[in-house]
Amino acid sequence: MSTRQFGQPIKRNEDPRLLTGRALFTDDVQLDGMLHAAFLRSDLAHALIHSIDVEGASRRPGVAAVYTAGDLGEFWQPGPLLVPPPPVEQLEFHQRTQVPLAKEKVRHAGEAVAMVIAESRYLAEDALDDIFVDYEPLDAVTGLEAALSEGSPLVHEDLGHNIGARVTQTKGNWTQAEAEADLVIRRRFHYDRGTAAALENRGIVASWDEKGQRLTVWDTTQAPIAIRNGLAAMLGLSEHQVRVIAPFIGGGFGPKIMMFYPEEVLLAWATLLLGRPVKWIEDREENFYATTQERGQVHDAAIALKGDGTILGIKDSFIHDAGAYAPYGLTVPLSSQCTLLGPYVVPSYHSEFSSVFTNKPIVTPYRGAGRQHGVFVMERLMDAAAKELDIELVEIRRRNLIPPDSFPYNNEIIFQDFTPLVYDSGNYEPALDRALQLIGYQEFIREEQPRREANGERVGIAVVNYIEGTGIGPYEGARVTVEASGKVSVATGVGTQGQGHYTSFAQVVAEQIGVAVSDVHIVTGDTDLFYWGAGTFASRGAVVAGNAMHAAAVKVRGKILKLAGDKLEAAEEDLELIAGRVQVKGVPETSISLGQLAAEANPMRGAVQPGTEPGLEATEYFGPERGATASGVHAMILRVDPETFTLEIEKYVVVHDCGTVINPLILEGQIQGGVAQGIGNAFYEQLHFDENGALRNASLMDYLLPTATDVPNIVSDHVETPSPLNPLGVKGAGEAGAIPVGALFAQALDNAYRDIGLEVREIPLSPNRLFELVTEASAGEIV
Amino acid sequence: MDQTITVTVNGREYECSVEPRLLLSDFLRHEIGLTGTHVGCEHGVCGACTVLVDNEAVRSCLLFAVQTNGREVATVEGLDGGAQALHPIQHGFWERHGLQCGFCTPGILMSLVPFLQENPNPTEEEIRDLLSGNICRCTGYQKIVEAVQLGARLIQEKSS
Ligand code: FES
Ligand code: FES
Repeated sequence: MSTRQFGQPIKRNEDPRLLTGRALFTDDVQLDGMLHAAFLRSDLAHALIHSIDVEGASRRPGVAAVYTAGDLGEFWQPGPLLVPPPPVEQLEFHQRTQVPLAKEKVRHAGEAVAMVIAESRYLAEDALDDIFVDYEPLDAVTGLEAALSEGSPLVHEDLGHNIGARVTQTKGNWTQAEAEADLVIRRRFHYDRGTAAALENRGIVASWDEKGQRLTVWDTTQAPIAIRNGLAAMLGLSEHQVRVIAPFIGGGFGPKIMMFYPEEVLLAWATLLLGRPVKWIEDREENFYATTQERGQVHDAAIALKGDGTILGIKDSFIHDAGAYAPYGLTVPLSSQCTLLGPYVVPSYHSEFSSVFTNKPIVTPYRGAGRQHGVFVMERLMDAAAKELDIELVEIRRRNLIPPDSFPYNNEIIFQDFTPLVYDSGNYEPALDRALQLIGYQEFIREEQPRREANGERVGIAVVNYIEGTGIGPYEGARVTVEASGKVSVATGVGTQGQGHYTSFAQVVAEQIGVAVSDVHIVTGDTDLFYWGAGTFASRGAVVAGNAMHAAAVKVRGKILKLAGDKLEAAEEDLELIAGRVQVKGVPETSISLGQLAAEANPMRGAVQPGTEPGLEATEYFGPERGATASGVHAMILRVDPETFTLEIEKYVVVHDCGTVINPLILEGQIQGGVAQGIGNAFYEQLHFDENGALRNASLMDYLLPTATDVPNIVSDHVETPSPLNPLGVKGAGEAGAIPVGALFAQALDNAYRDIGLEVREIPLSPNRLFELVTEASAGEIV
Repeated sequence: MDQTITVTVNGREYECSVEPRLLLSDFLRHEIGLTGTHVGCEHGVCGACTVLVDNEAVRSCLLFAVQTNGREVATVEGLDGGAQALHPIQHGFWERHGLQCGFCTPGILMSLVPFLQENPNPTEEEIRDLLSGNICRCTGYQKIVEAVQLGARLIQEKSS
């Protein structure tokens, strides 16, 4: 058997369970005596609560309890601030976080005002109809500029304004760049909200065991350890009394790492009070209001260039929509601010933003987490500059790429992980060239496009660059154990939501220990099996937990070799690990199985050497000094139906550099899935809030997720520039597919309609909106 | 008023007394413990809840359990290639990485069973048309298409 496991397209360990319906998801948990919760949510986005009458609901047969904010006593507390403001000089920050149940006032449609607990979900939902809330509607604020305007309704009156934060970061000297420039271009760009829409809605089962004095919570969370720590603190329990299990999760994409959702704290609180397990499973409509969302920003941006297309500087001033509360601090707008610079040399940068509260659902990171906006602004500015300076789109990018010998490259501002924004490594031009070649850029522009346009077709091509800060700290850990069966078990704290961790982590370990990937059993997301960790976010699982696995596996390998050396009376250097055995190199007869060694490492009688640790086991932690910067290029050819303004993506190319690749099969899947979400974000998905803050399309009938007929086959290729910041050389890949798609659509549509000078300055689009933009552009209006 | 129904699920007969408003999806998942069928929207769009009723793919969130009285239901738990082995379609998904979180997968597999019986040799376009009734938020569909192509081939190899 070959011992090479790392880097192979190995099929996944977790799949048989998922394929046969035997994998445990949160809603599959069924406990004796279990009660069910349902939440009464406000239809109004902004209103005072004068009174809540729960009498009727409480009297309904089968109802165990009805709770409102007033019943929570001391337990009623705004949630924690997950990410504090960054250490930048020019910063103003006002903390306002979500509450378990609205008291006195609701601040967004769908905010929970009462919780019913009943014998069945059907009964709990019936009882919601019996609750009467006396609301006094208030004017709502939904627009970003409106939120900043004089006399705007206030989401948090006590603040006196709607500003959650203001941050300015600078590099070089924009004023000077502007003064020296041959050309300065200014544009306004809009990006609007969408939702992650993981196919599995959220859910929680909380169960207090009175005799064992332990709380067990199954939770669709991306951060089980942080949930355990928080719940223990809130409920006055020891962390050892709380077990949080994140079982199989039906897609996360970011919103499932938000903490604490009101339901998370309320169910844990209720099971302690009632002494019975309680389950809550979100329905799809609730998911549109009660699960966090992302992407509303308005940018006023300017770029200063020399006549040859060299960038001198960029100035960007933007407003970020935080929604009604901001538990995640400034992660999203900071990511926008830091991703904007892209793979380009930008000597001067002035970026300032205001994060504003609005009467809309809460915003926290969703796949890409603000990076989309940065990429959109930068790439659109480059396109506008290219046009103005009459330089080819590709050429102007090429002229500004950071050269491969300038890494580590310091951008002199602070990233979302609070470390300086320094790109660890990169090699951008080969990826660009490869993408151009795969999409057939020159042929398309020179031959295909003119030929097809002559036949009355509308076809456009686009190519955009992006970088992605991934794999940020603080740390993750892993414990690797060789069991007496000869199989290997591995525990880590990160949860998994479909990224294939059961396999990619197993590959990292198998590589060191010389066993088959299928013999490595990974446990993730159970706080009883691994105590420490942060969670799955920011494309960090493979980087941070993966390197912790690697370190632990290396250590176990050392223990194996030492013990086997003693047993086989051979020098460690003369030994090799092959197919679950240790043997003297080239002498399979002189060998011992890992299982036997594991048993020997745990003697039941006799004395051991002082300082001996039992077992073939090691626990290691990995914390990168800072994030690893992945990068890539997307290219696309699309055809617009000139009558219906629907699109057909004829070709889609991704060339991606995420350092060393652990499993190319899983990586391709991540990229393809990310692109599909990016396509949804760019052309199909938009949350339509009316001026009262009501969501007009809160169902999958009206909010269009891309289907198999909307998403094309994606041609992908890789460039590998290993990260010097971790031993495996990996960079994160989970979000990259989704990040540049909006910018790509905009460029391709501009290209298809270059005869009328279309310039797309907003995402999401739709056939309707495209029709409007094209109509305006043909009439020569400024969009 | 509860109603008594007799329904055969994966070859096993169940006699249960259920509320008339109980959805088939809830019946399968919570009354008889077959949690392999998933629920993603409860309004008939996502296809995650797809099961077979008398060998026809239906959305179990749009049917009441009482409507299956006297009928045969098949869920993902009953899908196998004999002797507890994976069904060829399941093999296709495993080999081609046709799933990530796997939440959509049972519904997709069940939609495919009658489809591949009727179209043993589907084109990519036909596969994509069929799949457009099921939402997958993770994969971008490309590997699902490849999985179906392989699954179709494996079924043919098995029967030849
Ligand atoms: S749950 Fe039945 S179609 Fe979505
Ligand atoms: S694999 Fe997650 S929804 Fe399809």
